[in-house]
Amino acid sequence: MDKRTPLYNLQKALGARFTSFGGWELPVSYSDILQEHHTVRTKAGLFDVSHMGQILVTGSDAVKFVNSLITNDISTTPSYKAVYSPMCYENGTVVDDVIVYKFSEDKLFIVVNAGNTEKDFEWINSHATGNVKVENLSPEYVLLALQGPLSEKIINKLVDDNELPGFFRFKETRVMGMNVILSRSGYTGEDGFEIYLNITESGSDPEALWNGILEAGKEDGLLPIGLGARDTLRLEAALPLYGHELSDSITPLEAGLGKFVKLSKEDFIGKKALLNQSDNPERKLYGFEMLDRGIPRNGYEVLKNGENIGYVTSGGPLPRLNTNGGLALVKGDFTPEDRIEILIRNRSCEAKIVELPFYGKKYKK
Amino acid sequence: MEVRDGLYYSKDHEWVRVEGDLAYIGITDYAQHSLGSIVYVEIPETGSTVEQGGVLGVVESVKAASDVYSPVSGTVEEANEALEDNPELINEDPYENHIAVVRMSNKDELELLMDKARYEEFTKGE
Repeated sequence: MDKRTPLYNLQKALGARFTSFGGWELPVSYSDILQEHHTVRTKAGLFDVSHMGQILVTGSDAVKFVNSLITNDISTTPSYKAVYSPMCYENGTVVDDVIVYKFSEDKLFIVVNAGNTEKDFEWINSHATGNVKVENLSPEYVLLALQGPLSEKIINKLVDDNELPGFFRFKETRVMGMNVILSRSGYTGEDGFEIYLNITESGSDPEALWNGILEAGKEDGLLPIGLGARDTLRLEAALPLYGHELSDSITPLEAGLGKFVKLSKEDFIGKKALLNQSDNPERKLYGFEMLDRGIPRNGYEVLKNGENIGYVTSGGPLPRLNTNGGLALVKGDFTPEDRIEILIRNRSCEAKIVELPFYGKKYKK
Repeated sequence: MEVRDGLYYSKDHEWVRVEGDLAYIGITDYAQHSLGSIVYVEIPETGSTVEQGGVLGVVESVKAASDVYSPVSGTVEEANEALEDNPELINEDPYENHIAVVRMSNKDELELLMDKARYEEFTKGE
């Protein structure tokens, strides 16, 4: 049976419809996916993303060890900064994409995708070398994401801190009197915060935190948002989703994540394979918008002059752009306005390559 | 959830309104509600033939594409082209916005469908 987050009962009472995702029963929508999407783009939304996994790596060799597993470089990262990175197999394909929170040189908090938590923990733990300790703390954390242009205004009402962290920075602070990790990050392309609450700590009350944030944002139009809009929001912002744009058969270079792959740093797992591919991967990820009617979906074939050149990794409505489109992993080199075809139920539908992201990110740096 | 009197209902949540030999076919309020915002409708070609249980069209929500099955066999007499530009009409009123009209080749097939009371009972179990 799927796992449930500590907020399941509250969400059920709010009228959420649930779906199964990565071994969890999660709210897909509270009202309507399109309305929820626009709420996050124009006001603010609150997501329960407690399904995400948390792995703690401590010890004097923590940074050196984790740096040997990930493609990005955390060796010179200052404390209280977060770093996004793919984590690869020897052949350059992806175990997972993660966010590493660097508390100090001997304490790293790694946030991983829900469905990969066990696999990642095994992978990290089995490679442990030097003075390190690896712990899976996933069951201890509730994670709420407050996203949208009014997020800053709302969080300011609740936080005991006169200075909020900047983009991809975090703080140990108090929200509604509860000890939390407050991070300025998210998965929507909007400004926003992610709030990690350790539910085993005294004073932690996830339901009170959820309700308190919703109440504080009520006058600003804050609403709870489900997984459906989380997916359309991340797609518009062209943020990759493991299992779609990244997987154990796709490398980060193919997925266009070269800026998170530091081939000049010392050895890391997958470096050799990625170096071999670094000139020009045979397949690359492109964004496209439909010209013909039809909605592209994950797995649909992509054609050029009738010949198969790849497939759609993620597709659907792009609500803010009022069109349909997606991401496709294809062979060949393309520039914006080039035409491709998407095979939708045996019908070849015209689409054009566009620049990514579809929706310009609104981060506050 | 609205279920209307005088219509036939299928287990796949289509409704049929019979006018002589013509079957007006759409999806039920239950179906539109569980799909959420409908963002695309694919309608059949006029003159094409369909079997009972065969694919008549496709409705797509934000998350997924779902086939619409024909509750009766026959020939497509007319498809509702208004849905091509305004798929949300199905959300607004699923019973006034049919997907297609089929000239039935075997009206006995209607007996395999549910009436209002049986469909209400059926959706309770879903």
